[in-house]
Amino acid sequence: MTDDTETLTRFAPDSGTEVALPVHTDLLRLATAGSVDDGKSTLVGRLLHDTKSVLADQLDAVHRASADRGLSTPDLSLLVDGLRAEREQGITIDVAYRYFATAKRTFVLADTPGHVQYTRNTVTGASTAQLAVLLVDARKGVLEQTRRHAAVLALLGVPRLVLAVNKIDMVDFDESVHAGIAAEFTEHARALGYADEHVVTVPVSALHGDNVVERSERTPWYTGPSLLEHLETVPVAPDPHDVPFRMPVQYVIRPRTTEYPDYRGYAGQVAAGVVSEGDEVVVLPAGIRSRVAKVDTPDGQVPSAAAGRSVTVLLEDDVDVARGDVIVAAENQPRVTDEFDATLCWLAEKPLTPRARLLVKHGTRTVQAMATELTTRFDEQELSGVDSPEQLELNEIGRVRLRTSESLPVDEYADSRRTGSFIVLDPSDGSTLAAGLVGVPLAPLAASVNH
Amino acid sequence: MTTEAIMDQNLDLSEDPATSEAPPQVDNLDALESEAIHIFREVAGEFDRPVILFSGGKDSTVLLHLALKAFRPAPVPFPLLHVDTGHNFEEVLRFRDELVSRHDLRLVVARVQDWIDDGRLTERPDGTRNPLQTQPLLEAIEQNRFDAVFGGGRRDEERARAKERVFSLRDSFGQWDPRRQRPELWNLYNGKHRAGEHMRVFPLSNWTELDVWRYIQREKIELASLYYAHRREVFERDGMWLTSGPWGGPREGEEVVEKTVRYRTVGDGSCTGAVESEAYTVDDVIAEVAASHLTERGATRADDRMSEAAMEDRKREGYF
Repeated sequence: MTDDTETLTRFAPDSGTEVALPVHTDLLRLATAGSVDDGKSTLVGRLLHDTKSVLADQLDAVHRASADRGLSTPDLSLLVDGLRAEREQGITIDVAYRYFATAKRTFVLADTPGHVQYTRNTVTGASTAQLAVLLVDARKGVLEQTRRHAAVLALLGVPRLVLAVNKIDMVDFDESVHAGIAAEFTEHARALGYADEHVVTVPVSALHGDNVVERSERTPWYTGPSLLEHLETVPVAPDPHDVPFRMPVQYVIRPRTTEYPDYRGYAGQVAAGVVSEGDEVVVLPAGIRSRVAKVDTPDGQVPSAAAGRSVTVLLEDDVDVARGDVIVAAENQPRVTDEFDATLCWLAEKPLTPRARLLVKHGTRTVQAMATELTTRFDEQELSGVDSPEQLELNEIGRVRLRTSESLPVDEYADSRRTGSFIVLDPSDGSTLAAGLVGVPLAPLAASVNH
Repeated sequence: MTTEAIMDQNLDLSEDPATSEAPPQVDNLDALESEAIHIFREVAGEFDRPVILFSGGKDSTVLLHLALKAFRPAPVPFPLLHVDTGHNFEEVLRFRDELVSRHDLRLVVARVQDWIDDGRLTERPDGTRNPLQTQPLLEAIEQNRFDAVFGGGRRDEERARAKERVFSLRDSFGQWDPRRQRPELWNLYNGKHRAGEHMRVFPLSNWTELDVWRYIQREKIELASLYYAHRREVFERDGMWLTSGPWGGPREGEEVVEKTVRYRTVGDGSCTGAVESEAYTVDDVIAEVAASHLTERGATRADDRMSEAAMEDRKREGYF
């Protein structure tokens, strides 16, 4: 522990540093998950620190705060635990977002705490993540919570996992300890549907920096990349582009100015696929058919636009389109239905009971809804189901039958993360109750559902 | 059916994106811009009376630029709100007014000075007015019945901000409760609020200081002149270069010198410091920011140095 100060000094940015400017980089959205005391905040602090994303004044503040607490070495977790209660209790309460960049890539990191409300936080962080870093303590190995986290990440469709086996220094850099944990975890991930090449295990010491940014000489048996090297080079799953076009309409742009007397554009972010001028499209749920006259952007007209881009679509026909509608590819349309099966991750203190009145926000449409049936509650640890539970409680995941007051154009979550997802709201106070996924996107859970 | 067969049907985790035909690589600025525009349009679609908090500073200028792009070719469907501390930099106010008239916008100004003049607020001993903005801000929101207030806050600025949502619900007292935040899933923002509550919305949440500057460069966004190097009479206090103004000048023993400086943030003049800089152009600034060893708030804002939780405390009270 005593050499940590030295490490900090060594990595502290010095004035002559050449900085490589990220001019044109891609973006990796990642989430971290871990259990209590496995050193996740320290790992994130280490990543930020060693990529020089921590500046001198922030580091000074950590030194001061650590000294105030009577610590002999700086506590890097203080870099990330932002709230008063977190620092007082030495815990992480809420999802925190961190930003760092190397010459190769820009990173948006959702740091999710492990102990309280783990499902709530993991689901939130994982909903947009392209990769997740799971932490385990080398002395403790794969815990029940690790297995749960991995199941939730798989359910949410996070394409890649990294298992960071932390505190490897505390087991004397023992290769067999790492190998045992790696084997156990890979098997669990395989059961969840992950291909082996999408799961990487890295032995690290967040406290001392081994294999976090630089490969460590103290783990000569480990031949893989450091954690950061892996994050910099892992292929980023692009937004789906070889899937049918979907765009929920957010807003109708009608300038009615002398310059644009007849402009009527449907503003939205392409949720899936590609939209091109001339494409035949259908406006749902009404089912009106038309053709794309123009794909407009704030920087002018473009021939086509792919998922993720905010655009304004103009149609050839003068049809009635409003916020909440979804413009989709005519040749491959989603199911339009007012009754469907869905998986809910329940995130509220107030449990879900059958026939409770709910609101569902899907794309840009919010409708009234009711869970007519609670079919199954999933045990993410055993990957099995409990039939017909009486209710779904905070942090529980289950399958329900949903009925909505208006028809929704839904895709299966497994096919489209954007148009197969929805949020469940409380009509009385507007709070967010659940994350919803159309269908049962996790194979072992799907298999456990009674047919 | 085997597990794998079900897997193939359900969730194809095995597809390697590297081998599939990839779309043209987009710059992360494109992704950030599209995300911000999406947020602006969601608010326009779900709220009745949104407003953009606008000071004429760098982040709010970028915010306005994005709002203009989000609704083009229609005008921005919201007014602007400036909480004026009375401790302004002349060139920033001039710049604010010029932008407002150029884009034919409506500007609402809430003045801290009015509150001090009629005794509702008392000047602090240190003369800093940033913490005094909260009440005039909340009153302006209430009186104008604004239900969504856009701010230029970024999560990379400060630790408490790192934990705030893009759609951040405030209770009827305008307060932020970090422990009762709504989970924010996918890009499905929850705009529901009850009468008296309002939403703070942060379209730049995922931007860093460097992203903001690279975007200013790419979009050729004009900024108030004091963000670039200029000659200015300054004096040193608490390790910052302050300038004289309506908020006061040097105390005894603080020597006034002329230096080439620029501002990294612009707030209340009494607590916003300049940094010595030779960055005359946006390219120079980007090089300087990338090489900087201090955060923009740490370098130039006395108000954030007060305590470990200074920002969290102000946010809880209703500050941005």
